[in-house]
Amino acid sequence: MRAVVTVVGKDKKGIIAKVSAFLAERGVNILDISQTILEDYFAMIMLVDLAQADVELGTLAVQCAEMGKNIGMSVHVQHEEIFNAMHSV
Amino acid sequence: MFNTNDVLETVNMIEREHLDIRTVTMGVSLLSCISGTAQKTADKVYDTICKRAENIVKVTGDLSREYGIPIVNKRISITPASLICAPFAEKSYLIGKALDNAAKAVGVDFLGGYSALVHKGMTDYEKKFIRTIPEVLADTERLCSSVNIGSSKSGINMDAVKLMGEIIKETAQKTAASDGFGCAKLVVFCNAVEDNPFMAGAFHGVGEGETVINVGVSGPGVVQHALEAVKDADLTEVAETVKRTAFKITRAGQLIAKEAAKRLGAEFGIVDLSLAPTPARGDSVAAILEEMGLESVGTHGTTACLAMLNDAVKKGGVMASSRVGGLSGAFIPVSEDIGMIEAAERGTLCIDKLEAMTAVCSVGLDMIAVPGETSASTISAIIADEAAIGMINNKTTAVRIIPAPNKKEGDEVNFGGLLGRAPIMPVHAESAAKFISRGGLIPAPIHSNKN
Repeated sequence: MRAVVTVVGKDKKGIIAKVSAFLAERGVNILDISQTILEDYFAMIMLVDLAQADVELGTLAVQCAEMGKNIGMSVHVQHEEIFNAMHSV
Repeated sequence: MFNTNDVLETVNMIEREHLDIRTVTMGVSLLSCISGTAQKTADKVYDTICKRAENIVKVTGDLSREYGIPIVNKRISITPASLICAPFAEKSYLIGKALDNAAKAVGVDFLGGYSALVHKGMTDYEKKFIRTIPEVLADTERLCSSVNIGSSKSGINMDAVKLMGEIIKETAQKTAASDGFGCAKLVVFCNAVEDNPFMAGAFHGVGEGETVINVGVSGPGVVQHALEAVKDADLTEVAETVKRTAFKITRAGQLIAKEAAKRLGAEFGIVDLSLAPTPARGDSVAAILEEMGLESVGTHGTTACLAMLNDAVKKGGVMASSRVGGLSGAFIPVSEDIGMIEAAERGTLCIDKLEAMTAVCSVGLDMIAVPGETSASTISAIIADEAAIGMINNKTTAVRIIPAPNKKEGDEVNFGGLLGRAPIMPVHAESAAKFISRGGLIPAPIHSNKN
């Protein structure tokens, strides 16, 4: 199953490192990353694969939101299908 | 890989603009529960609901976490209870109790379908059943009731309209301690739909399958935000923007509906793409109309703005879902929309204007509080007016009105939560009692005769 991780917040050092380490610890494989800075704001989108993951998607979403709070970023993990549904005909 | 802007747009819609799945409603057929006695039937009804809806709370919770979109309400709709209660109508309250207990056992917010369909005539058992509504609504928490009193095909049953005026008054009296809260759980329909997932008017029509999942999506805040980006555009572009936004919202609903149906072992029914407001700021249909260029909802131009909004929502939604149904459009419940509440408080929004608005949107006079001394015949006359609009225009109209005991114009009722608060709106003092007391049937319009 694939999911999209979004990380948004004020830019600072080490965001990618922290998020990717957090995902790796849970067996989540990163397939693609896109990252931009919009007016001092950091926005990263990752496409990840949960096939080998130790946690279920719902649990991962809750854990990532918690981790996001600790580093002062807004972190969401959502099933990729919601983006396919809303943005493609 | 996804387009960054698309992904951030979705996240923003959910985080900041109140995009949510307003309700996942499981429709359950209870026809097979009819047994010889009221108690046996009540037991079967309880068991059937507990079994079929056992996992609804867990599954919707899982979906909400996995897709990152809030699912606000979990609900159940059932076969109109008057049919289940036919052999023992005077004991219908036993079924009402069983339904309420089942709703609590499975953990849903509301259960709809303590209903009767009497748009052409009323049988003796239906009359007895309807007379139990006030007591049942006063003694239950999560049960909702509706009565269909007219249709474009059959006309308006004015005997039922008269009766419902009395039933609403009685319900208000029986729940006087909570400002007539029972009336917030009671809807009178013309052209009721059989697959509506929204409360208080949901029921599971007899033409429906065994167990069906219907989903209601929402998102007035998302539409308002989209319109903020086209401030100087002409109305053609405004309508296009609404359409595109409605498309995206509905697609999210369709996705959740299909997945919920699969996991709950039910059939996917419909997506109802209604813009349903909540009392939260930024989640208001009134604010959309004001964004279109009105100083306040209720002023001249409101009906035109609402007509355009309702139509554009339908057009975007129809394209987005394989099965659209329910009420689909824009809701204008006064107490549940902060913009409507404020306009009513200012006196800009009155019942007469709301009535005009219901001719072009998807429901009717919804969550309106009127003085406690309003007579049953005046309430019946308000119902008759709404039903006439529905009957002639081939659309659903409804009345959910609260004659708040001991309250008068200038006072307020506060139901809290999603039901919000409502200022008491004045009604006309002149009587319609003679008209209502005539009874009979207002014949169906000529254009309904299509066979």
